[in-house]
Amino acid sequence: MTAAASHYSYWITVLLMVAGLYIVIARGNLVKKLIGLSIFQTSVYLLYIAPGKLIGGTPPILAEGFRLYSNPLPHVLILTAIVVGVATLALGLAIVVRIREAYGSIEEDEILAADRAAERRPAESR
Amino acid sequence: MSAEQLPALVVVAPLVAAPVALLARRALPAWMVATAACGFSFVAALALAVQVTSGGAVSYALGSWPPPWGIEYRVDVLSAFVLVLVSGVATVVAPFAWASASAELERERLYLFYALYCLCVAGLLGMTATGDAFNLFVFMEIASLSSYVLIALGRDRRALLSAYQYLVLGTIGATFYVIGIGLLYLMTGTLNMADMAARLSDISSTRPVLAALAFITVGVSLKLALFPLHLWLPNAYTYAPSAVTAFLAATGTKVSVYVLLRFYFGVFGTRIVLEELPMSQILLALSVVAIVTASLVALWQADLKRLLAYSSIAQIGYITLGISMASREGLTAAVVHLFNHGITKGALFLLVGGVALRAGHAGFDRLQGLARTMPLTSLGIVIAGLSLIGTPGTAGFVSKWYLVLGAIEAGRWWLAAFIVATSLIAVAYIWRFVEAAYLAPLGGATPRAGEAPAAMLVPAWILVAASVWFGFDTSYSVQGAARAAALLLQ
Amino acid sequence: MKRLIVLRVVAKMLIPFMLLFALYVQFHGDFSPGGGFQAGVIGAAAIILYALIFGLPAARRLVPERLVETLLGAGVLLYGGVGLAGIALGGNYLDYFVLGRDPVSGQHRGIFWVEVGVALTVSAVMLEIFYLFAGRGHRFDE
Repeated sequence: MTAAASHYSYWITVLLMVAGLYIVIARGNLVKKLIGLSIFQTSVYLLYIAPGKLIGGTPPILAEGFRLYSNPLPHVLILTAIVVGVATLALGLAIVVRIREAYGSIEEDEILAADRAAERRPAESR
Repeated sequence: MSAEQLPALVVVAPLVAAPVALLARRALPAWMVATAACGFSFVAALALAVQVTSGGAVSYALGSWPPPWGIEYRVDVLSAFVLVLVSGVATVVAPFAWASASAELERERLYLFYALYCLCVAGLLGMTATGDAFNLFVFMEIASLSSYVLIALGRDRRALLSAYQYLVLGTIGATFYVIGIGLLYLMTGTLNMADMAARLSDISSTRPVLAALAFITVGVSLKLALFPLHLWLPNAYTYAPSAVTAFLAATGTKVSVYVLLRFYFGVFGTRIVLEELPMSQILLALSVVAIVTASLVALWQADLKRLLAYSSIAQIGYITLGISMASREGLTAAVVHLFNHGITKGALFLLVGGVALRAGHAGFDRLQGLARTMPLTSLGIVIAGLSLIGTPGTAGFVSKWYLVLGAIEAGRWWLAAFIVATSLIAVAYIWRFVEAAYLAPLGGATPRAGEAPAAMLVPAWILVAASVWFGFDTSYSVQGAARAAALLLQ
Repeated sequence: MKRLIVLRVVAKMLIPFMLLFALYVQFHGDFSPGGGFQAGVIGAAAIILYALIFGLPAARRLVPERLVETLLGAGVLLYGGVGLAGIALGGNYLDYFVLGRDPVSGQHRGIFWVEVGVALTVSAVMLEIFYLFAGRGHRFDE
């Protein structure tokens, strides 16, 4: 196998990273942006976990007959990163709920248009 | 508890205070816990600063697992300097927040504000104290997540949208940072920064390491609002509650600058970052553009809070300009400006918070003839504004002085002239306030309720006084910064 | 969904086992994959399932929001307290070695209480997020 094919996990990482970032930039819907952000963060999980796994490796518990161990540290790090990701997503969605209550919309262009309209009539926006 | 425990306690005090404030459920005890914790951290940071100045860097093994296996907290001259700034500003802003947040937020939920405030302080202090790259990411997210919520608490509905935008950009920044750390971990197998630096010296020109440098630079630059990655900052600072703006403007971006310094000089090393790669040219170009454009945009703002937010982007440009020189004077200027600008901008945002409390917001239509109804506030804004410009006798002068010295040292006379010339734009935008407050007749929309309450005015004036004090007595700020610069260039 | 008898009966049979499994994952975490994070999520999922089948008000009576908020703070405080106990007993922050008579039992004791704190906080956060989102706007099945 060539290096490019045997390191296929990196290709998946790059694909997820770019796809997520593209969604964040290209979509105007605030919830879809958050979905893109989550996909983007997911690529990092793979970036850490995949190199830590050795094919044929076992969990690093010393026992008879096992020589090859996988690295456990990436799992611990990514467990933390997953929690951070969940917290970010929950907070982002909570802010979107509040935006929807305040503006009646979750489309970015409509919200910005509403803000511009309110700035032209300053008396009503305050 | 002995002095050895200080590196942990400085971070743990606000971290433990957050759940205590949550469990208190009432505003007053929550506020008392928050203030006490910030005060404790400030004292601890000062003690640490004294300790590291005389005895060198302090290493602390969390959980008694020795580094590089366990998480190491490492406080040296530079981190102690930033710790003092962050905890000091937090301690000054906490009494202000009592008057300001009580007026701006719902009373039943006020205890949550103080819990979040503690978390934000703990996150920023943790980012500064830790010597572990991944631990830094965790603290970065603690500080960021709590600041997104704090910004979203603003009264204006636009606060929600700016918090959302900050959340998206901040998360992209933090994820870029963690991708960079992942690549470094793949190459070195360690997360301890000192250990990483030692192992990187042989492989510093390999492609994954260069990619890691790029990812970390972009990620941290997003957090520190380096032009053109500053788009989240103006709205976030404008619509956040006053206490939050003052605290974040004085500390949030400064800690990110610290992270950038740590990685450039502490982990990657000067040789790879500034000599082999054109990083210093890139930083120089971006800083120059940031200073010019952000200062010019600040001139046209209709709201004083927004004007100051744009001025922050320009001032961050001065700090990165100092970093790009990579000389002893340049780094001294960067570190001392990080400190001076922190207290100056903190003072300005606190005073503007007092205006916003009385007037609803700080649009220039509300500032006409303000000096007659709020004389102390107006005077404070002018004095701190002078420090922002860099007038002799204020803290801002000291940092601009070292910046000009650094430029001359490097033989770049045009840069020295540029620094002086751009200070004139700052004169112009501070003059807009003077014109409105002192020269214009009393406007119809100007608040007439008199000065802001003492609980807000006193903390603001403490910072105003500090921004004058550090213009005359530079023994702490400049010497601390010079020691930090020497440490970075080792 | 109150009238769907299959769901109600299945949920009533499942929920006790879900809670029991959460406790198993929690306390067997020393010897096998598991621990506070996983146990907290499984425990919260049991309550959320209850809320989905029997309605949000019933779940709020079972686990009031006030209790959730208290558990949330208590969990973090427990974690921080274990760390401070390390300092009080002469070690560093989060030092488990000094918590027991010998280092090994100290490690056991330290990780045990830290994981209890984690489980409390994680389950409380999950429930709090669920309550906040479900309790906003339209109310389902009331």
